[in-house]
Amino acid sequence: MCLVEIEKMPPRPQVACGMPVSDGMVVHTDTEMVRKGRRGVMEFLLINHPLDCPICDQGGECDLQDEAVSYGRDYSRYDEAKRAVAQPDWGPLVKATMTRCIHCTRCVRFTAEVAGVAELGATFRGESTQIGTYVQKALSSELSGNIIDLCPVGALTSKPYAFTARPWELRKTDSIDVLDAVGANIRVDARGAEVLRILPRINDEVNEEWLGDKSRFSVDGLKRRRLDRPWLRENGKLRPASWDEVFEVITARMKSVAPGRLGAIAGDQCDVESLLALKQFFTALGSPNIDCRQDGAVFDSSCRSFYLFNSTIAGIDEADALLIIGSNPRHEAPVLNARIRKRWLAGGFTAGLIGMPNQLTYPVEQVGAGSGAIKALLEGTAPFANILAAAKKPVIILGAGMLARPDGAAIHSAAWQLALKYNMLNAEWHGFNVLHHAAARVGALDIGFVPGEAGKATVQMLSGGVDVLWLQAADELDIAAIGKETFVIYQGHHGDAGAARADVILPGCAYTEKDGTYVNTEGRVQYSAMAVKPPGDAREDWRIIRALSAYMGYALPYDTLSELRAHLAVLYPIFSVENGFHRFAGTSITAPAGDMTAMDDAPLTAVFPNYYQTDSISRASPTMAACIAAHVPAAAEAAE
Amino acid sequence: MLNDSDRIYKNLYGQLDWRLQGARARGDWDGTAAILARGRDAIIEEVKASGMRGRGGAGFPTGMKWSFMPKESDGRPHYLVVNADESEPGTCKDRDIMRHEPQKLIEGSLIAGFAMGAHTGFIYIRGEYYNEAQRLQLAIDEAYAAGLLGKNASGSGWDFDLILHRGAGAYICGEESALLESLEGKKGMPRMKPPFPAAMGLYGCPTTVNNVETIAGVPTILRRGAAWFSALGRPKNSGTKIFCISGHVNNPCNVEEEMGVPLKDLIEKHAGGVRGGWDNLQAIIPGGASMPILNKEMCDTQLMDFDSLAAVKSGMGSGAIIVMDKSTDVVKAIWRLSKFFKHESCGQCTPCREGTGWMMRMMDRVVQGKAALADIHLLEQMTTQVAGHTICAFGEAASWPIQGMMRAFRPQVEARATDYRPLQPVAQAAE
Repeated sequence: MCLVEIEKMPPRPQVACGMPVSDGMVVHTDTEMVRKGRRGVMEFLLINHPLDCPICDQGGECDLQDEAVSYGRDYSRYDEAKRAVAQPDWGPLVKATMTRCIHCTRCVRFTAEVAGVAELGATFRGESTQIGTYVQKALSSELSGNIIDLCPVGALTSKPYAFTARPWELRKTDSIDVLDAVGANIRVDARGAEVLRILPRINDEVNEEWLGDKSRFSVDGLKRRRLDRPWLRENGKLRPASWDEVFEVITARMKSVAPGRLGAIAGDQCDVESLLALKQFFTALGSPNIDCRQDGAVFDSSCRSFYLFNSTIAGIDEADALLIIGSNPRHEAPVLNARIRKRWLAGGFTAGLIGMPNQLTYPVEQVGAGSGAIKALLEGTAPFANILAAAKKPVIILGAGMLARPDGAAIHSAAWQLALKYNMLNAEWHGFNVLHHAAARVGALDIGFVPGEAGKATVQMLSGGVDVLWLQAADELDIAAIGKETFVIYQGHHGDAGAARADVILPGCAYTEKDGTYVNTEGRVQYSAMAVKPPGDAREDWRIIRALSAYMGYALPYDTLSELRAHLAVLYPIFSVENGFHRFAGTSITAPAGDMTAMDDAPLTAVFPNYYQTDSISRASPTMAACIAAHVPAAAEAAE
Repeated sequence: MLNDSDRIYKNLYGQLDWRLQGARARGDWDGTAAILARGRDAIIEEVKASGMRGRGGAGFPTGMKWSFMPKESDGRPHYLVVNADESEPGTCKDRDIMRHEPQKLIEGSLIAGFAMGAHTGFIYIRGEYYNEAQRLQLAIDEAYAAGLLGKNASGSGWDFDLILHRGAGAYICGEESALLESLEGKKGMPRMKPPFPAAMGLYGCPTTVNNVETIAGVPTILRRGAAWFSALGRPKNSGTKIFCISGHVNNPCNVEEEMGVPLKDLIEKHAGGVRGGWDNLQAIIPGGASMPILNKEMCDTQLMDFDSLAAVKSGMGSGAIIVMDKSTDVVKAIWRLSKFFKHESCGQCTPCREGTGWMMRMMDRVVQGKAALADIHLLEQMTTQVAGHTICAFGEAASWPIQGMMRAFRPQVEARATDYRPLQPVAQAAE
């Protein structure tokens, strides 16, 4: 369709998308020859394309339909038999109906170039060309869902979404993804009370135009195992209750213990508003025991640049050397991993890894498995030291999982020293990056959701340090460690590990059901939006805390979300300016506290055993379970 | 008729020794170093003056093509690629050069490589030429052993390596940019031009792709002089050319003749005449499968060179003359070609990928008498939607046989039209 006519060129239509522009070129975009050429190409595209639009999921958002309306004939001159091919199985996410394929090879190029897995290709030639995996297999890329967006026709569609809805029935809400800490920009498509699918939005500074499979396909987890009413444990069993009932029980319990015996742990998907409300509620109660690091990490978070992805995600494009410490970005942030691969493809870039070897879609120099390698780099004895020393803009990516180790603070401090030694911290460049995988973590650290003076951290709270424990959608902690006598209040949206242990359950909202503020791993403040109403009696999380605070007589000073946000912006100015995101300079920062010598030499293993099920939403998702069955056989067996 | 003394290929029929010793006896490798000593520009000027046009089919002036190569390397190496992927149906000239006169090709590669500043040459030979590849490799090995290739090739002070690469048997890999893709180890699909190979060819480096016959003729031109070569043939269509005559002739053969030789002479004198006499002639495809077909009236007076054939909307192509006598069903013959082109389309551009299949199916119906007159008109119109709408010339190659048939044999084709109506699908109630 990009055919144009160019003066002083051979008298035939030229492809505009492949023609270098030259000085004095005169291009005609609408001449008889061009129109004829386009109509011809359109006719050829359609002759072997099945007329199955009524049963095709792409209908309504199909490039070929649009082009056919714009450029095609209103009838077909093709009387011969149409081509048809067998339907392959590409795994649980992508439904391939290759009879509809028009051989644009976008999916082949995406998987080979962006996703970095050579799994798709074109076999045979001419009219018999088939796009496929050759040997039938499930696509193993964490970005495989993007080929659904890329496919201009209905050849590749979403398998879980098949035959669910037409695009014009959907209510579209721009929002933010919270299943990893990248904060990918998404569009939530909903019909009625149901979120039906999630698509990426373009944001070149964050996710470009891609979205990881977990973020895209976990939507079916949003309707399963939901907490839609308050629950109360009586005689060892949970029973449905009313809001008044549970508030009464909570009030009685909380007032009966000393404030120092109250504690709160925040989960990985909480919005900043609810965390602020919870923090202020606990401050009002007089308890310093709050912690947003449910993985037990303890490190110096007194300065923002100690825990941010300081080079920014877009900054990777400028970096020329990378050292990954104890992270598997392919699983922890697949979109960011694609960015690193893009940087590697551009050339002049070397990546090194300290930790367990894994397949990252670009070559990685294995520097070492344990913290010994960090010491060697600090002493300059490891071969990779030369690469870092020669680099102009080197970066370190420190996996947030490493901070949760017993020697987390030591590794944190050592990594910072590495950044100092290899000139990553200067006025132009800040190459010290922490790659989080919890969407709530940075925002929570920003508002200081960490133990106050003499407060107890996650580990102490779990091991009997408190009598009443408030779990704010925290499920990824060692539930079994909570003492039998501890009274557990769980506020959240899914009946996961935390809810199973809870004595009182307060039903909250998932990220698609509330207007929330999230801060991604690079410190970018972004806002999610309510796409559907929460189920049943569930309420927005900050409202529950606000209501309870009033019930107990400590009413928090805001009644609406805008009042809360104004309050937040006053307390923490980073939340005040929307889009006021900027990169920090790396100078005049004192190093984080932490004793480097305390590092033990256990291998730095990445935190996620698999990519697909890492939080309560993806654990509730049958699609993600199917991915586990297809790609992580050991985990699937263990689950049975 | 061409004098024996003016023949470039003295051993075209393999009756003499093909090895290095025999080739040298026929004059190959005689004073190669002295030829190179003339310098790059002089060689290119000589080739330009000879009027040599590419023998692969398009007939692009060879000297001009060489002059497109950068004069000074910008750090990237230059490459010479010899196109020995001789896949055009009916063509077998390069095959005989490679098995009977391999040293001409090797010497020509060295000279051409020198003229374009290339230290490395690749010969891309079609996979089906297994025996030819074996023999050519032997000849290359002999040349290396004799110091004619490699460091200080032939005592000229120029280093030149020649590498033989076997293709995997795809017609499209004879297209120069698809050939380069294939040589790089990718799927043989033509590239968009510009950039042309002289700017960005093999591995992104300046490259020139030449046909075997073009390269093999160069040493003789430089030895005997451009004036000799350009005196042969007709203006702008000079020199000699190997014609491959096949089909319904009494003596199918390869023969080296002057350009511009009358088609009738070529067949009567060299190929022993048409089976059953000239009057039994029905049609001739003059330049390999992709060139439009000629009927007998056209053949009577036709001269065989690039411009004379272009004047009758056909083409010289590779010089493969396919003769059909009156026993031939021309429509079916063209259908067979359509089947070939459908099979060989690479599938990159939509008009060619889908159009070749459509053409074949419609030709199928015409042959079977299941086509109405309107279908024949549609077929002809549809070929114009393919030709000129593709990256490479394959779209033309697939369309021209049908368009040629419509021009030269319109009455015969229309006579096949019937009142056939395709079965219309019956509208069924929604179930």
